[in-house]
Amino acid sequence: MGVAANSRMTQTGPVVPFWRMDRISKRYGGVTALDDVSLTVDRGKIHAVLGENGAGKSTLIKIMSGVVQPDSGTMALEGKPVRFNGTADAGRSGVVCIFQELSLIPDFTVAENICAPEPPRRFGLIDRHAQRRRAEALLARVHCADVHPDELTRNLPLSRRQLIEIARALGRSPRLLILDEATSALTVADVERIYTILAQLRAEGLAIVYISHRMREITAFADECSVFRNGRHVESFSKGNRSGDEIVKLMIGRDYKDVYPDKTPHAVADPPILEVENLKWGSRLAGIDLKVRKGEIVGVGGLDGQGQRELLLALFGVLRGVDARIKIDGVPKRINSPREAKHRSVGMALIPEDRKTDGLVLPLTVRDNISLASLNRFARSGFISARAEMRAVDDAFRTLSIRTSGAHVPVGTLSGGNQQKVVIAKWLLTDARLVLLNDPTRGIDVGTKQEIYALLRQLTDSGKGIVFYSTDYAELIGCCDRVVILYEGRIVRELAGDELTERNIVTAALNLPEKEITLGEATG
Amino acid sequence: MNGLRLWLSRNGRALFALALFLSMFCIYVIKNGVGLKMGLATAVANKGVLLALVAMAQTIPVLTGGIDLSVGMIFVLTNCIASAVLSGPPWMVAVGVVVVLLSGVVCGAINGALVVYGRLQPIIATLATGAVYYGLALTIRPVPGGSIDATLASALTNQFFGIVPTTLVILVAVVLVVWVPFQLSMTGRGCYAIGSSEMAAYMTGIAVRRSRLTAYVLAGLLAAFGGILLTAMTLSSDASVSGGGTYTLSSIAAVVIGGTSLMGGAGGAIGSIFGAFVLRTVSDLLFVFDIQPLMQPFIQGLILLGAVSLGAIRVLRAPNRLQFLGAAR
Repeated sequence: MGVAANSRMTQTGPVVPFWRMDRISKRYGGVTALDDVSLTVDRGKIHAVLGENGAGKSTLIKIMSGVVQPDSGTMALEGKPVRFNGTADAGRSGVVCIFQELSLIPDFTVAENICAPEPPRRFGLIDRHAQRRRAEALLARVHCADVHPDELTRNLPLSRRQLIEIARALGRSPRLLILDEATSALTVADVERIYTILAQLRAEGLAIVYISHRMREITAFADECSVFRNGRHVESFSKGNRSGDEIVKLMIGRDYKDVYPDKTPHAVADPPILEVENLKWGSRLAGIDLKVRKGEIVGVGGLDGQGQRELLLALFGVLRGVDARIKIDGVPKRINSPREAKHRSVGMALIPEDRKTDGLVLPLTVRDNISLASLNRFARSGFISARAEMRAVDDAFRTLSIRTSGAHVPVGTLSGGNQQKVVIAKWLLTDARLVLLNDPTRGIDVGTKQEIYALLRQLTDSGKGIVFYSTDYAELIGCCDRVVILYEGRIVRELAGDELTERNIVTAALNLPEKEITLGEATG
Repeated sequence: MNGLRLWLSRNGRALFALALFLSMFCIYVIKNGVGLKMGLATAVANKGVLLALVAMAQTIPVLTGGIDLSVGMIFVLTNCIASAVLSGPPWMVAVGVVVVLLSGVVCGAINGALVVYGRLQPIIATLATGAVYYGLALTIRPVPGGSIDATLASALTNQFFGIVPTTLVILVAVVLVVWVPFQLSMTGRGCYAIGSSEMAAYMTGIAVRRSRLTAYVLAGLLAAFGGILLTAMTLSSDASVSGGGTYTLSSIAAVVIGGTSLMGGAGGAIGSIFGAFVLRTVSDLLFVFDIQPLMQPFIQGLILLGAVSLGAIRVLRAPNRLQFLGAAR
């Protein structure tokens, strides 16, 4: 075995691990993404990396595959220190990563994409025949012989693109293959296919690092598991040494209680502001029923990419071909654009996911951004009254305590937290009755988060309804009166009151069987 | 069979441009009353090839998702340079050809450097450099004039062995020497990749900056080929701003008619060549149908609108309204 041969050549330890990273740390601005992480990976093993959103898994593999450089710490391949400058560099050493955001080029054919990192060449030019043969061979290896190598990649379903991504990675003769959420978008049958392929690769002696949320499947086929939490490597263990419950406990276990405002008890009999019945959109959303009452914060949870964002966009009129019965204050409505959604008769606001592209016009001033969604309120016969605008903006400014040198500076110069407050201010000014929030606290410091939580509760106390999508489970528990969990575009669980525990959310998010609905024991 | 279907789906728009040109050309030949004479074919080819070369030049930056508003001006500038250096004994003419082509390359490299290293938007960077190149052309040739080696000029503008217009042979040669290798090179593949998804291209380990730089350099080179041919046809040069501007805008139209997406990533120079011939045949058709030449911009505009609408159909069917905002970028 390669490992044994190597251990003889070095004098230090008994066995040199195939891949070793030591005391790796990485910070982005003020946020610590990885904190003093050490990890070893062996050949012929599938090593699963588990953790919640934001646990540091993505940063980990970005460092392993050379996309970003660690701030400190060392990495070694077969005992020799390595430093990768980009994915191509890592690939030459046999470290190949398949990223969650597909790296396939949509306008390339399948063959072109498979061979894109290192196309076969003759006399310096790409040899299309060789490219095709290589693509066919690799497609066969990932059980995709039925895919035509000349097919345009954008025409293939997501599951096929994922397999083609694997074929491309295999074409680079990897020795360490890293898969980031390779199965999160796939159906069960496709997942099975990927497991078969990975088992085959393991038998060929590859080292495989597999990042996934599908815990049940992972524990069945991974040889080693490492759990990450808050940028730290919590524990590694071999197959069968931990039960599913224990793993969930390792993945969660934070205490955030004090950050959240008290929940205001409210009457269940309050009339619903929003009623959604049987919402369906293509193959991404199905059979969604949702009610939001006055004074209620309804959380939307689940793993990333189970249709939560699409649900908010569908409600806000961004998606076409949405099939649903929607009632606002008991009156049936059809909403076909954000313009209709914000109209007085509906009164909806969406705090979008990406404040830099969807939420704000960065070069405009804070004032212009805040008033942008509600200009009609300040218009007198078509002209904007500067005085009315200024008054309203100043009000919003004070309510949200936005910290800047003034309302006249470009919003792009503000910190992330203050930018997010500007987005919220902008939508509050429209006097919306129903506020949809798409992961509003991502990348924001704890202090501002706390202010936002308090604000949400103030809003509901004043009679508004809120739909709150968050990737942070603790946030859902702390803020929401009820939480619906989406899995593959459907609501699989609704949690409220005492059922609203981190453990229950994780269990539902993974679509595990509903067994313990006990009181909040998941902390600690 | 399946392969053929896929090939058709990728090259449909270019084939459509070819079919459009061929049918327009056939109508022209039938209606003009003299049939297909060699002289006539040569005249049609000469007019078409000039725009075809500029359109090929435009295609490559467009494939990367950019645009080159200076191609027309490089075309005019190299025309002026050619009228000054393409004379004398054969060896000097040969050196002159190299000098003209190199000046096109330098212009393209400046564009590319501004876009890649200066991080300027292609549309404004090349608008500015286009004005600079035009200024240089005016300095070289304040009034129309200059001359070119007569043997070279007649060799370039007549027939090749009396059977095919020489300009067509040159066009095919440029395609074989520049376009085909480019399309099969890593850099060419890189240009398509950047235009399709720059992030995916970067994550794949493609040389993003080198590919983009090369796209503008090749645009300059191809425009310079056009400049030499223009000099051979007119036997002189004319630093005309409207000439340069018209060629730039027509090249963009030809690129679109030929099936290259202005968003980048899909299409190719062959389609642009057909697109150029379509645009050039319009005036001939108007002539044989006795329609006022003043109608030409109007008809060309309609053809362009028709071609662009074909490309817009897919976007309008998108299920997410945000997607057609993105598509208009």
